[in-house]
Amino acid sequence: MSAKAYGTSSLPLEYQSEQSRMNILGFWIFLGAEIVLFATLFGVYGVLYERYAGGPTHQDIIMIREVMIQTMLLLTSSFTCGVAIHEMRRGSLKGLLTWLVITLLLGAGFLYMEINEFMHYVHEGATMQTSAFLSSFFVLLGTHGLHVTFGILWAIMVIIQLLQRGLTPVTARKTFIIGLYWHFLDVVWIFIFTFVYLKGMVS
Amino acid sequence: MSRFPIGHVLGFLFSLLLTFAAAGIALKTSLSFKTIMWIIGGLAVVQAGLQLTMFMHVNEGEDRHSQWINILYGVFLAVIIVAGSIWVMSFGGTHSH
Amino acid sequence: MGIKWDEFFITGDPLILGSQIAIVLTMLGIVAGLTYLKRWKWLWREWLTTVDHKRIGIMYIISAVLMFFRGGMDGLLMKAQTSRPEMEFLTAQHYNEIFTTHGVIMILFMAMPFLIGLMNVVIPLQIGARDVAFPQLNALSFWLFFSGAMLFNVSFVIGGSPDAGWTSYFPLAGKEFSPGIGNNYYAVALQIAGIGTLLSGINFVVTILKMRTKGMTLMRMPMFSWTTLVTSIIIVAAFPIFTVALGLMTFDRLYGTHFFTLSGGGLDMLWANLFWLWGHPEVYIVALPAFGIFSEVIATFSRKSLFGYKSMVVSIVGIALLSMLVWVHHFYTMGAGAAVNSVFSITTMLIAVPTGVKMFNWLFTMRHGRIRTTTAMLWALAFVPCFVIGGVTGVMLAMGAADYQYHNTLFLVAHFHYVLIPGVVFAVFAGLYYWWPKMFGFLLNERLGKWHFWLFVIGFNVTFMPMFFLGLKGAVRRSYTFSVESGFSNLFLVSALGSVILAAGFAVFCYNIYWSLRHADRNITGDPWHARTLEWATASPVQPYNFAKLPVVDKLDAFWHMKKSDSPELTLQQTEIEEIHMPNNSGLPFVMGIIFGIAGFLLVFEWHLAAAVAAIGIFACLIVRSFDYNDGYHIHKAEVEQTEQAWRLREGEVNRYVG
Repeated sequence: MSAKAYGTSSLPLEYQSEQSRMNILGFWIFLGAEIVLFATLFGVYGVLYERYAGGPTHQDIIMIREVMIQTMLLLTSSFTCGVAIHEMRRGSLKGLLTWLVITLLLGAGFLYMEINEFMHYVHEGATMQTSAFLSSFFVLLGTHGLHVTFGILWAIMVIIQLLQRGLTPVTARKTFIIGLYWHFLDVVWIFIFTFVYLKGMVS
Repeated sequence: MSRFPIGHVLGFLFSLLLTFAAAGIALKTSLSFKTIMWIIGGLAVVQAGLQLTMFMHVNEGEDRHSQWINILYGVFLAVIIVAGSIWVMSFGGTHSH
Repeated sequence: MGIKWDEFFITGDPLILGSQIAIVLTMLGIVAGLTYLKRWKWLWREWLTTVDHKRIGIMYIISAVLMFFRGGMDGLLMKAQTSRPEMEFLTAQHYNEIFTTHGVIMILFMAMPFLIGLMNVVIPLQIGARDVAFPQLNALSFWLFFSGAMLFNVSFVIGGSPDAGWTSYFPLAGKEFSPGIGNNYYAVALQIAGIGTLLSGINFVVTILKMRTKGMTLMRMPMFSWTTLVTSIIIVAAFPIFTVALGLMTFDRLYGTHFFTLSGGGLDMLWANLFWLWGHPEVYIVALPAFGIFSEVIATFSRKSLFGYKSMVVSIVGIALLSMLVWVHHFYTMGAGAAVNSVFSITTMLIAVPTGVKMFNWLFTMRHGRIRTTTAMLWALAFVPCFVIGGVTGVMLAMGAADYQYHNTLFLVAHFHYVLIPGVVFAVFAGLYYWWPKMFGFLLNERLGKWHFWLFVIGFNVTFMPMFFLGLKGAVRRSYTFSVESGFSNLFLVSALGSVILAAGFAVFCYNIYWSLRHADRNITGDPWHARTLEWATASPVQPYNFAKLPVVDKLDAFWHMKKSDSPELTLQQTEIEEIHMPNNSGLPFVMGIIFGIAGFLLVFEWHLAAAVAAIGIFACLIVRSFDYNDGYHIHKAEVEQTEQAWRLREGEVNRYVG
């Protein structure tokens, strides 16, 4: 089965056409731009993170237990996404779809918890308008959350195309790229976890 | 290709380990703020590298060199932007806020 | 919901009323003309939906020339207002708006698209490729730029122009001090155009890394391709910072956050920090491709290879790294302390080193060369001394302690005009005269070109040289008038007269385009300048597929050596002709540009619900694109053969049309 899916070429399906290789490299470069985008948000947060303006501080609002659960959800989803690509390379469409759906469910769970977290903060009077600290906090986390949302919608589009067309060089490339995106969001979360939540709990 | 994704499982276990280590050091020890930040910051970077190499297949394909240069340049920029902004906006470290 | 309906259209000012009438009449004229000539279908099929890099490039350049006109008018109005002391031609508010739009338009909607337009036309040809890596994305880049530019220009007549300077520093640009919607235009329009630029950057990096023809290693690439590669990398590195900065500005203005506000713990200077983290690399984004153009022009018209190719490459890469390390020199006077200011003084002065290396390389390229003073070459020749003045005054400004004297004076304004006009405007003119035949199949008139050149260069120096001295005497920038007692009157008057000469130069340029369009000889070869790089190895104007067979390269300046050795690469055998795969046209980028424009317009007016509905349209387009599996079409052998014969038979006439 696996040998057949690879066809005559020894390259994985997603690398087989020149256009696909260009798309993948282009996406890596886009991720380079995303690194800069998030770095800027982290920089802004780093500058403003103690400017509470009399409003709530980190310790007042952070719910570390919920954050740990969010972290686990996202870490696990990055793992299942990796397994999905592994299944794709074995030529198993069914395995790919199964693990991809699990990934999205974990992502949706993360999103659900993050929205709850935000609503809780707002309930406590910690809004984006309260202080510079909270402005930068919400915008950094919100940008990440928006990326996750977009990633879920995008992955659904890719899943539909996989169901319509099966594994072809084009659908394999699309799946591989959404995989890169998903792992990248996990990397960003690791830094949010470290430099927003853990740092906030320490200081 | 093997049926069992051994690399991914190892990567996952490592990332869990690193996450819990960072959380443990930050929340359960009484080291100084600076020490903690250096350690957990380092752990975050290690984990990012883990994701890149074990999950994101950065070493694959004919463009792996371009991909690495791209990522390393991105990291260089990230350090400049974050550290530079904080340094400049704290007026060279003379104002803490 | 911020706007009152009676403030929707700007009324009352005769200048603006005149422009409103002119805009409406022009639009009616275009619609009537297209209808009368039955050109709507042609416009849609050949231009609005095109994914051909050459046509996209031409559209960029047309937009840039139009924006040059708009930005130039702003400049002339400023010069008229300051031509005499206590002048009452413009009000302070109007002056504020005009210097703001002048800066934004000239940098972002003139310089950038002009250069990106030339890159689009030239780069795939120069590296021996048939298109860019992502042709449809390329069209999207253009339409996003275009919709951002139009949105920004609409501010002039609907709702009010931004008025906080092209840098739009906080707290002035915040809601507290600029409650109108003018600055919303700044935040939203630049955001849309910026996304387009970012996509262009990614596109060109991949194009140059992946699509070079066989044998063209990185170190055999023409210099313009090198500078484009490095520029694109800087775009990818810097534009996301601007995206974030503008996003935060939008949040502060529209949603009451406290990033840059004085209240709530915000830091107004954080905006300056982010703006220049992007803004300084932006200077190199416009300067580097210009350096590439000069390198091509100087090598061609000196009939020599570029001197010090390797050191040129190293210095370009060095500039790319250093460009990210100098941003604080724009706000030394914030007073970040001796340590910060010293570090940034040193990095800033360091950047003069690679730039100096280039200068010497260009001079040594010309040394012992057989120089032909075509119009393109004249621009390159004038660039050298003028740019050195800009560079040397830049080193003066680089010293933090000294900058406290120069900051915010006309000395600074003169400095950056001496950098950007020779460094960018001269370059795009040189590039336009040089590559014009490649785009359109005829030359621009050289005689008119020389008039254009001399008027422009003299006008430029007369306009901006006095501003150095005004600045040293203490004249501040962005001040709408001055007193008789200041003693500035004479220099200001000279500067204003200079701007008229400058404008005359631009007028000759426009007339040159008109004249050449009507009268220039169409019977030219693919290589009218006896040039050195691959874009000249194919027809002028270039056929849709660029090359019937992709040239194989074995050294730098490959085309030159092919001509010298009568290489078989230059001829085409019947057996070598193949079917050529082409991407299909698509209306989606154009539609997305329009939806982005509408969503942006609604956001500017803070009609959030309507803007959100329009934004759904953007997602709908993305989904349509995702499900689009159209794979393009093939050009048949017979058609390729016919096209190739048509231009190759003309080959005998080399040189007839060169000065």
